[in-house]
Amino acid sequence: MQILIAIIVGGIFACAIYMILRRSIVKLIIGLALLGHAANLLIFSAGGLSKAHPALVRPGSTSPPEPYADPLPQALILTAIVISFGVLAFMMVLVSRAYNAVGNDDTDEFVNTER
Amino acid sequence: MTLLAIVISGFVLAVAAPWVTRATGKYAGWILAALPAAIAGYLISQVSSVASGQTVSVAYQWIPGLGIDLSFMLDGLSLLFALMISGIGALILIYAGGYLAGHPHQGRLFCFLLLFMGSMLGVVLAANVLTLFVFWELTSITSYLLIGFDHRRKEARAAALQALLVTGLGGLAMLAGLLLMGHVAGSYSISEILSRRDVLQSHALAPAITVLILVGCFTKSAQFPFHFWLPGAMEAPTPISAYLHSSTMVKAGIYLMARLTPALGSTELWQWLLTGAGAATMLAGALLAMRESYLKRLLAYSTVSALGIITMGLGIGTEKAISAAIAFILAHALYKGSLFMVAGAIDHETGEKDVDKLSGLRSAMPILSIVALLAAASQAGFPPLAGFVAKEMMLESALHAPIIAVALTAALTLSAALLVVVAGLVAFKPFFGGERPTPRHAHEPPLSLLLGPGLLAILGVAVALVPGTLADPLIAPAASATLGTESHTHFKIWHGFNLALGLSAIATGVGVLVYATRSRWMPLAGATAGLDRLSPTACYHGVLRFVTAFAESQTRMIQTGRLRDYLIVIFLVTIGVVSYPLITRVGPPVWNELGTLHWLDVGIAVLILLSAFAAVTAKNRLLAIIALGMAGLGVTMFYVIYAAPDLALTQISIEALSVVLFVLVFRRLPDFRSLSSRAGKLRDVLIACAGGAMMAGLVLMATSYPSATSVSRDLAERSYPDGHGKNVVNVILVDFRAMDTMGEITVLAIAALGVYSLLKLRDRIDEQPSASAPSAGGRA
Repeated sequence: MQILIAIIVGGIFACAIYMILRRSIVKLIIGLALLGHAANLLIFSAGGLSKAHPALVRPGSTSPPEPYADPLPQALILTAIVISFGVLAFMMVLVSRAYNAVGNDDTDEFVNTER
Repeated sequence: MTLLAIVISGFVLAVAAPWVTRATGKYAGWILAALPAAIAGYLISQVSSVASGQTVSVAYQWIPGLGIDLSFMLDGLSLLFALMISGIGALILIYAGGYLAGHPHQGRLFCFLLLFMGSMLGVVLAANVLTLFVFWELTSITSYLLIGFDHRRKEARAAALQALLVTGLGGLAMLAGLLLMGHVAGSYSISEILSRRDVLQSHALAPAITVLILVGCFTKSAQFPFHFWLPGAMEAPTPISAYLHSSTMVKAGIYLMARLTPALGSTELWQWLLTGAGAATMLAGALLAMRESYLKRLLAYSTVSALGIITMGLGIGTEKAISAAIAFILAHALYKGSLFMVAGAIDHETGEKDVDKLSGLRSAMPILSIVALLAAASQAGFPPLAGFVAKEMMLESALHAPIIAVALTAALTLSAALLVVVAGLVAFKPFFGGERPTPRHAHEPPLSLLLGPGLLAILGVAVALVPGTLADPLIAPAASATLGTESHTHFKIWHGFNLALGLSAIATGVGVLVYATRSRWMPLAGATAGLDRLSPTACYHGVLRFVTAFAESQTRMIQTGRLRDYLIVIFLVTIGVVSYPLITRVGPPVWNELGTLHWLDVGIAVLILLSAFAAVTAKNRLLAIIALGMAGLGVTMFYVIYAAPDLALTQISIEALSVVLFVLVFRRLPDFRSLSSRAGKLRDVLIACAGGAMMAGLVLMATSYPSATSVSRDLAERSYPDGHGKNVVNVILVDFRAMDTMGEITVLAIAALGVYSLLKLRDRIDEQPSASAPSAGGRA
């Protein structure tokens, strides 16, 4: 199983890095979104993968039934998902604002634009 | 206590000066001068006790952990300098009140002058080299503000920067020297250092200490080859030049050399450096003055020359020479302060500063002409004035110098002759001869402009006529403090007929002759202009140009301004640093594991990878957004399979929101274009593949270690009993790690604010009629 998740994470990262290195700022944002997925999966896999029960306490018991999936990385990723969405939303508005100002989506052109 | 008050009061009054100026208008100078006058009064009251050998000192702990004290002392040397600083300071404030009457920033000028005065008093009263250094740097900074007072003029700013850079760099060298000296001597207290002469001079670092400290002194006191900033500093209004460049700041270096003479002096290195630099400065200043015709620049170069004479005297180092140097300091402060103020008064009342265009002002300003003649006669070394006595003493000690006595005497005689010429040009030429029209109608300056130069000029006579009362009590203790032993040399006019008198007469005669026939010599001075390419000024500009050009080129190289270039560096460094341990620690992946995988896992993996790849290769942005959403869905499924329902729920809602947002915002953005070259794409593909491989290796490494479950187990078991929640993930978020979640909410709130304000900003800009950029949608 490790090998599969390694391939997935590596593959998404490669796509993300390639997109981040593009000149078009729209592609840059798509790359950032992909990067978020890859990072989350990396944390997820680091917690140990198991097709076990979710960490939910059944009625009448005080702890989740064994074996259950590690809840801590899940909590961390949950935070990460939400924050990366917040950042993404901000980036998108910023980019469209920058496009309005510069009239171009090429980041190389941003350098030469003085405003 | 009084010493601390003396130093601090200048700074306190400086803060209040603008208000005082606003409240009292044209009397501000007179009122503010009360403080330096009171300080001078106190110092005068201390003269007799200091002359009898007492020193006053106070110390306050400042940074006890580092052994740094804020300590002050008053001995013969400090007293002489502090008296000049406060006494001339009072006259300068009065003068500035008249000179800049009605200037909109007069209050600011007073503030800077008082700050500067406080700093200078700190320098000469400091009893600890680190205290001294702090005030030393304060004088550099305040003089920067003063020289650049007319900050709207480019020349003034450049001159201020030049003075700051030269004295600031010297100050850095000096700090290193002072620290080394304190380290070797085992104390930063000046009196302790002075008592460890043997330790200091026998130490291997002694030459380094001497050179480093002298670099600081030479830059501050405008010694060759650092003399060039001083004439440049003449861009400042005259009260500032008169204060900084006659009596005070340029004497700070002299003060420190004199102060440290008992500890560092009379070594061969010290002697050669001081006499060499002093003699070179003396000649260079006097010769360069010959090329000038502007009043203040003439005076500036003659100041450079005088500073060289004093340094040379300190370098010769005999009892006579030290006394002569101290006498010269006093005489020079009196006549040069006076002459600068006279020059300013001439400029102020006639609007003309070029000596060549000034003539016959005597009838229009009779009092000023007498003041000018008195002060200039002292500079020229005519008896019976302080300048004459100091010159005689200096010639006498040069004749008996332990090294190169003949050369020093000859150079001094030549400089003395040239100073006569400068004196004639500054004080004789403008007042005598036929009257010439001036830009402004010439008339006698007001009292505020006459008091300072007049008083100093009269003191120049009085000091020489009644030396027992006025000169000896100041000069002898200062010379004793410099020598480290009692000085017996007296300041007196008549030394009998001797060689020094003869040389003095020759110098005066030659000087008068050169002045009378100066029109013949002018072409000679002009011919030296070709040497300017090699001058220190040219070096300064060359170095400055080189530094800025180098900084610019390397900044351009490193800071391309293109995000991509920075990212490539970041990625490559990360890949390089992380890959090495990965390759050495993680073995090759177990490929045969692939055969044991469940078809669902493989299917999801293929879906994610294909969607990600599609998002990269899509030619159309809508297609890319859809592919991105697909990849997100794949990740969601992954969470579902691996027992993370909360993640799956969050991911899918966020994914949906993201797609909507993307479509809304990117609707108005241009379609994809192929911008990069083929080679650029290939490079990025390589970097991307390396990065992907590194991350894959990281996953393998992370999963090859058994995960520490104890924390998670603890959290899971306490979730219901302690947190009263059945969903462990949720309990962790809102209970166990509630602060984290709080932070997350804050981030979201800030992002939301950012989005909102950016949208608002756009609305405002769109409303402006000139905004021609295409309006954008995406008001989600």
